[in-house]
Amino acid sequence: MSDSFRGAIDCDVHPRVPTPGMLAPYMNDYWRETVELRGIDTWEAISYPVNAPLTMRPDWRARKADADAASLAKATLDHFDLSHAICNCLFAVQGFRDENLAAAFASAANDWLAAEWLGKDARLRGSALLPIQSPPRAADEIERLAGDHRFVQVLMLAMGEQPLGKSLYWPIYAAAERHGFAVGIHAGSSYHHALTGSGWPTYYIEDYAAQSAGFHTQLGSLISEGVFVKYPKLKVVLIESGVTWLPPYMWRLSKFWRGVRNEVPWIDREPHEFLRDNVRLTIQPFDGPATGAQIGRVLDQLQSDDMLLFASDFPHWQFDGDDALPPGISASLRRKILIDNPLATYPRLGRPA
Amino acid sequence: MMLDAPRAPVHEADADRRADAQARTRLEIIDGDVHPALRSMADLKPFLSPQWREHLEIYGSRRRSGFSYEPYPKSAPKACRRDAWPEEGGPPGSSLDLIRTQYLDAYGIEVAILGPLGASGNSELNMEFSAALVSATNDWQREFFAKPEPRLKASIVVPSEHAEASVQEIERCANDPAFAQVFMLTRTGEPAGNRRYWPIYAAAERHGLPVGFHVFGSGGHPYTGTGWPSYYVEEGAGHSTSCQTVVTSLVIEGVFERFPRLKVVIIEGGFGWLPALTWRLDKLYERMRSEVPHLKRRPSEYIREHIWLTSQPMEEPENRRHLFDTIEWIGWDRLLFASDYPHWDFDDPFRAFPAGIPRERHQQILSANARAVYRLA
Repeated sequence: MSDSFRGAIDCDVHPRVPTPGMLAPYMNDYWRETVELRGIDTWEAISYPVNAPLTMRPDWRARKADADAASLAKATLDHFDLSHAICNCLFAVQGFRDENLAAAFASAANDWLAAEWLGKDARLRGSALLPIQSPPRAADEIERLAGDHRFVQVLMLAMGEQPLGKSLYWPIYAAAERHGFAVGIHAGSSYHHALTGSGWPTYYIEDYAAQSAGFHTQLGSLISEGVFVKYPKLKVVLIESGVTWLPPYMWRLSKFWRGVRNEVPWIDREPHEFLRDNVRLTIQPFDGPATGAQIGRVLDQLQSDDMLLFASDFPHWQFDGDDALPPGISASLRRKILIDNPLATYPRLGRPA
Repeated sequence: MMLDAPRAPVHEADADRRADAQARTRLEIIDGDVHPALRSMADLKPFLSPQWREHLEIYGSRRRSGFSYEPYPKSAPKACRRDAWPEEGGPPGSSLDLIRTQYLDAYGIEVAILGPLGASGNSELNMEFSAALVSATNDWQREFFAKPEPRLKASIVVPSEHAEASVQEIERCANDPAFAQVFMLTRTGEPAGNRRYWPIYAAAERHGLPVGFHVFGSGGHPYTGTGWPSYYVEEGAGHSTSCQTVVTSLVIEGVFERFPRLKVVIIEGGFGWLPALTWRLDKLYERMRSEVPHLKRRPSEYIREHIWLTSQPMEEPENRRHLFDTIEWIGWDRLLFASDYPHWDFDDPFRAFPAGIPRERHQQILSANARAVYRLA
């Protein structure tokens, strides 16, 4: 069975989230002392409660499969015979209100990822965390890591301070485009605002469900503000978004654009036309109907074979066994999802690390 | 007031359309979303006490968005069709005559449900004023529209952040057949399933009235979980996300377990988003049932039984098959036609649905489904 994934690129795996204490050794004296003096010993967002079923598949939980690079490699790279896996560290750097703390922790987390994970298995690649609280400093972090080709993507969250298309964030896109980084937007929130436009939901199920609304907003913002007009080579990867929300949202956005496009005159084509050039989606979780035939009808709504990227979302519990792809996908599309689309999305992946 | 806004044309075109509509074998039409408008705030004054009249005069409408109107300028005056401004002055939706000639008569509308927006009392910061204003809005709908024109049905607008006053308002209006539903907006102060709103649902269920959630409103939060978008196009497209919050919260909080006869109508948010949300919620429920032991069934089952959606603004995929698939997944019995008259993105009942929709399905959406939802007697 694992043969059928041979050579695939897993575009979303998660090393176990480090504690501040694990990152402190990668900080300078001032910040190391700060972490200790101020007692910053936990910094856990509520996005993935450690013991929640979704956070870790039971068999992987039992084996502590996310604990270190070797365990992760065994459960993903070796098991599925993958060529690469892209590590998305979910340390909640975006949650800090202090941009100095954010910058210190982002750099430390990136150096920790490079040393403890990317350096331990040559098949692993990484996404760089950014102190998005200060876009110029986020761009500096991209410059700092640009020479290390093991970093193939920069990572932001589905919900932050402001929608990501706003021009204050453009220094990030300029730097990412310049160095061939994909811009990953992962499920999660900085929790700087209530999770919905109607306040805080009660249950974790609602929190996770609301993440897809965050992706709606970010995609609408990136398109409407003209990010893809300004940075036409930019690839934005929507990671852990659920996938199937996208076509209906684009029908709406395109319809509204047809009606009110005098408001955004720089958008010179139907919003959905940006998707094929600039937007990609990781395939887990896949919010779909039960049968392969129906899934085929949902996938047809994407109107493109280029947009989906293979991802296990390890160790999150999105599927059981080896059912990492939803049923109903043709052999040729499967090949594109597993290998061709990721290679086209991450130009740095093809370069020697 | 938009003094130089374009006026409604003479209505020969509508007469043609009327003939055209009669020429086809007639489809009955019930419209789930028509917007009445005040000629000016003076229209509400007869329905406000002297104290609140004075309050309105001095302090005006102060809403949870920081503005007296909407925080996103529209793309047309009052977001209305440029041909819907009445000859006699006042904004679109304020002239019963024009609503009749330009819309009800021209299209052969059997019933239209009113959805009062603007200074209707929703989203007001002052709760007591909110309660007074919605009462006035409800009386105004009845006296100006529903009483003189039986094809128009009023909605019971409630001051939703003040549950006690909301219940009082429902009790005050519910026995009057002029009212067809309870009316809330999608952007509430807490997600709609929160227990602070349960008394409203209890009252609606008790009276057999559906609760309509119309898009818009300001609950006191940025309109998205990631802050304020810049543009009206984003806000417009994004209404489907606040609709998703409503459905998610009602289902996951167990509102439909608690109020098993409650009917909910999502208004003006389109419907294409519902299948993906339903699949998502079912999967999350399967994973984390232990978090929500008050739920006895899968989210999709509550949605299938309790949620209806109005059709406008219709999603328009390039391939109409995608639209039919979507309706299939939602259920052909769950969609209610709405025109959104007199707003700019008006849907024509005969032209909004793509060619190829089976006639009996079309009829279902245009009127049959609505009969099962609204109290139209």
